[in-house]
Amino acid sequence: MSGSRIAVIAAAGAFSAAAAFGADEIASYEVEGRRSGFLYMTEETRALQEDAFLNPGMFAVEEGEALWNLVEGDEGESCASCHEDAAETMRGVAARYPVFDEKRGGLVNLELRINEMRTSYMGAEPYPYESDELLALTTYVANQSRGVPMAVEIDGPAAPFFEQGRTFYETRRGQLDLACGHCHDRHPGDMLRGDVLSEGHVNGFPIFRMLWSSMGSRHRMFEWCNTSLRAEPYPLGSEEYLALELYVAWRGRGLPIETPAVRR
Amino acid sequence: MDKRLAIVAALAALLAAGPALAQIAAYEIVEGAIPQPLTDSPGNPARGRQIVRDLDKATCLICHPMPIPEEPNHGQIGPSLTGVGARYTPGELRLRLVDPKALNPDTVMPSYHRGEDLYRVLDRFENKPIYSAQEVEDVVAYLASLDRQ
Ligand code: HEC
Ligand code: HEC
Ligand code: HEC
Repeated sequence: MSGSRIAVIAAAGAFSAAAAFGADEIASYEVEGRRSGFLYMTEETRALQEDAFLNPGMFAVEEGEALWNLVEGDEGESCASCHEDAAETMRGVAARYPVFDEKRGGLVNLELRINEMRTSYMGAEPYPYESDELLALTTYVANQSRGVPMAVEIDGPAAPFFEQGRTFYETRRGQLDLACGHCHDRHPGDMLRGDVLSEGHVNGFPIFRMLWSSMGSRHRMFEWCNTSLRAEPYPLGSEEYLALELYVAWRGRGLPIETPAVRR
Repeated sequence: MDKRLAIVAALAALLAAGPALAQIAAYEIVEGAIPQPLTDSPGNPARGRQIVRDLDKATCLICHPMPIPEEPNHGQIGPSLTGVGARYTPGELRLRLVDPKALNPDTVMPSYHRGEDLYRVLDRFENKPIYSAQEVEDVVAYLASLDRQ
């Protein structure tokens, strides 16, 4: 891994990585009193996130860029052959997701949209949820929206899903019998054992989480919080987590996309 | 009904109702306390001190600072339990452990001796209280011993 990293930096990578972290791309980590998880991290972790050369999530961005350009499937297409320069065509997309999708009659998030591109347009197999490939491509696409404020649509056909997500968020569950807000609304900034609780926002995802030593999606985080409460989780990509994702993205409205964030 | 069938039916009913009933002790709440111990054998404070540190039993240290200096990273979600034995009677401590929601329905503190009315509990914890009745008694004895600031 570190070998290819060095190679990329030695080649053209140095310039593009620096460009992805333009100094003023993230104007503020706090919007109308809502504070990104970034502000609950230590100085060291923040510095790691903001340094494009040290941020371990940049491996995923680079891997995602390679997948973006890779021709796969029966149609002989790559993402790039239709969407060309991601910096232009994907800018702002991640900030709007998840969205209501007419064809499905339900919500779709960035991961599922990318997989749909593979199955419907490329004649390729979908990536398994939480596979390195899907995480990398999602990270690459979301990274194009760095600094763009999250703004999901919650009216119209999305409204019932939004309400379903709100109910999920507010429902006590598991042997510990806690709802999301018991930790993330009432106790941000307080220590939960060795962790400083944050407000539980999703603007940094996919994140590099040190505890996992890997990238993780929004749904993996929901699964982790659920099982920490000794509650039965839902499958990643499930309708329940999509609804929760919509509600949680709205809760963090205005916060800038900061993918790939680094978290403890 | 065929006699054999009747026995099978009775067994099935017993098994279905069994786990929760068997593991949750009966108790009575009187004026913000559970005055009667849940078991016949008195609580052991030394054992209680071990139990409250146990990671598998949702250690109190997740949320509370406690006078257990050898453990790192005490939580800050709830108040410090130093001196808690002077603030509450054993009966009051028992209720705060068994079902704090009886005192504050909105509390963040989990119920340590409750198995029913919980939503989507992981299979392996289904119908199991976090603490057995005896563990409740041991922890109450430990908390009661924390009578100095
Ligand atoms: C054959 C052309 C084609 C290919 C190949 C293709 N796409 Fe798309 N993509 C489209 C079209 C057309 C749309 C808009 C309509 C739709 O969503 O189906 C779209 C929409 C999207 C969107 C949603 C944009 C928005 O504003 O909501 C994303 C994200 C996306 N594509 C990513 C990808 C990725 C990643 C790949 C490679 C895995 C890919 N696409 C491959 C044609 C393509
Ligand atoms: C017992 C407390 C607790 C509960 C309840 C809880 N979480 Fe968390 N959550 C954590 C901890 C600890 C972390 C890691 C530190 C942090 O960011 O708060 C975390 C992190 C997160 C993050 C990542 C934040 C970031 O910036 O990286 C999200 C998103 C999240 N939780 C969502 C949820 C959702 C949704 C629920 C309800 C299903 C929930 N949590 C319930 C403890 C909790
Ligand atoms: C998930 C967090 C959490 C855990 C775990 C937890 N508590 Fe609490 N506890 C609280 C909170 C919050 C309060 C404050 C009262 C309230 O909100 O109802 C509290 C209150 C108390 C009180 C009353 C203290 C006072 O001074 O009024 C006692 C006693 C107590 N807890 C004991 C325990 C014991 C013993 C354990 C472990 C067996 C434990 N708690 C585990 C969150 C927790």
